[in-house]
Amino acid sequence: MATVWIPSLLRDLTAGRQVLDAPGRTVGQVIDALDRAYPGFRDRLCEGNRIRPILTAYVDGRTAQLGLLEPVGEQSEVQFLPAVAGG
Amino acid sequence: MGPYRAPGSTPASFAGEAVVDELAEKIGMDPLAFRLKNCAQDGTRRIVGAVHRDIAGIDVLKAAQAHEHYSAPLGGPNRGRGVAFAYWGNWGAESSSTISVNGDGTVSLLLGSVDITGTRTSLAMQAAEALGLALDQVKPTVADTDAIGYTQVSAGSRTTMASGVSVVKAAEDVIAQMCARAAMLWSVPVESVSYDQGTFATSARATERIGFVELAGQLNQTGGPITGVGNVNVPEWGGTFGAHIADVEVDPETGKVTVLRYTAVQDVGTAIHPGQVEGQMQGGATQGIGWALYEGYAYDDEGQLLNPTLLDYKQPTALDVPSIETVLIEDPYPKHPFGVRGVGETPIVPPPGALANAIYRATGARMDELPMTPTHILEQMGVI
Repeated sequence: MATVWIPSLLRDLTAGRQVLDAPGRTVGQVIDALDRAYPGFRDRLCEGNRIRPILTAYVDGRTAQLGLLEPVGEQSEVQFLPAVAGG
Repeated sequence: MGPYRAPGSTPASFAGEAVVDELAEKIGMDPLAFRLKNCAQDGTRRIVGAVHRDIAGIDVLKAAQAHEHYSAPLGGPNRGRGVAFAYWGNWGAESSSTISVNGDGTVSLLLGSVDITGTRTSLAMQAAEALGLALDQVKPTVADTDAIGYTQVSAGSRTTMASGVSVVKAAEDVIAQMCARAAMLWSVPVESVSYDQGTFATSARATERIGFVELAGQLNQTGGPITGVGNVNVPEWGGTFGAHIADVEVDPETGKVTVLRYTAVQDVGTAIHPGQVEGQMQGGATQGIGWALYEGYAYDDEGQLLNPTLLDYKQPTALDVPSIETVLIEDPYPKHPFGVRGVGETPIVPPPGALANAIYRATGARMDELPMTPTHILEQMGVI
């Protein structure tokens, strides 16, 4: 199962837990698995069939360029980070 | 949060670097040595879960420690020296470029990135290097949105890095197409054609060679114009660290801070155009000094904004800031063709922390808000 790091702004959904294990072969499947365990998780991360623009998903240190379709491995690390507008 | 240089990081660093300074003082340790002892390295996990890779924070701290500024005498009363150390992660994302080969051997480089910091030059330099041409053979133009593929903002410390990847990809496309033309001219397999520093050759016949300029002049007789395309979405990037050293003098009667000397050290990756990199470091540090000492909204008792225009909203000028010394630590980022890291945002992060720590050493008073105005400094000193 992938290891998922939960940003502080979403930890109200996970009873304060920062690191979780979740099954799934894509970022979308991982989110769906977390939504089953922590209802409301998907709504906070997604808008329709895409990750919300204010968030960026990372898989093994790389941005998930395929969004919800980004492949996730058994040993992958997944992070969801708030996007910031730099200058 | 709106667009800003290293958004959110500067005030957080101001608070954090004051705490780090207090910890070092508490155990009687040199503030840079304390940071060096606790510095993130490759493999260190960040608080958000991401793992640092290909970073050079330790090299930055060692260079700051070794810099003559750090051990120079302060030379007078009411003076103090402070340091701060900071990180910013930068960005990659989408960039588009095209390179068209002209009949005279020049190339027209069309860029999706808007040029706000001289990136036309740093991107043209990367195109010239990738094509094995002289810089004056590359004619860069910033395209409008109808003329080029999608390109992310010219911000986020991404332009020279991510658009550089795009430019290199366009150059590789040009070279591949021109190799095919050379193969056609020589009636040899394209796989046998190679290109090195302006000259095409084939392993099929050692006598066959043709220069880029000469082949460019034959494009219309060998199939027509060539345009290389570089549309990329860069998934990884190299963050950078900055260590700043600040000397200040604080007038004990007025609370006015004079910045006497300022040095910025940063791991900049490969400095494609060192002058532009220095400019980013000096500009970022100056903006950070403004945030530290001057920039803030003032309201009267009825909530009326008292400084709504740039006539009243103080920003630093050349009269307020010394010539900022820069130290470029060139630690190439291994996942960029030329080792580029974004450099523009990191230098705004350390200045308030460095200045607050310098003010503490000059006055014995810790600062707990920005900007550190003369009034606030006198309040913290217990003068008013």
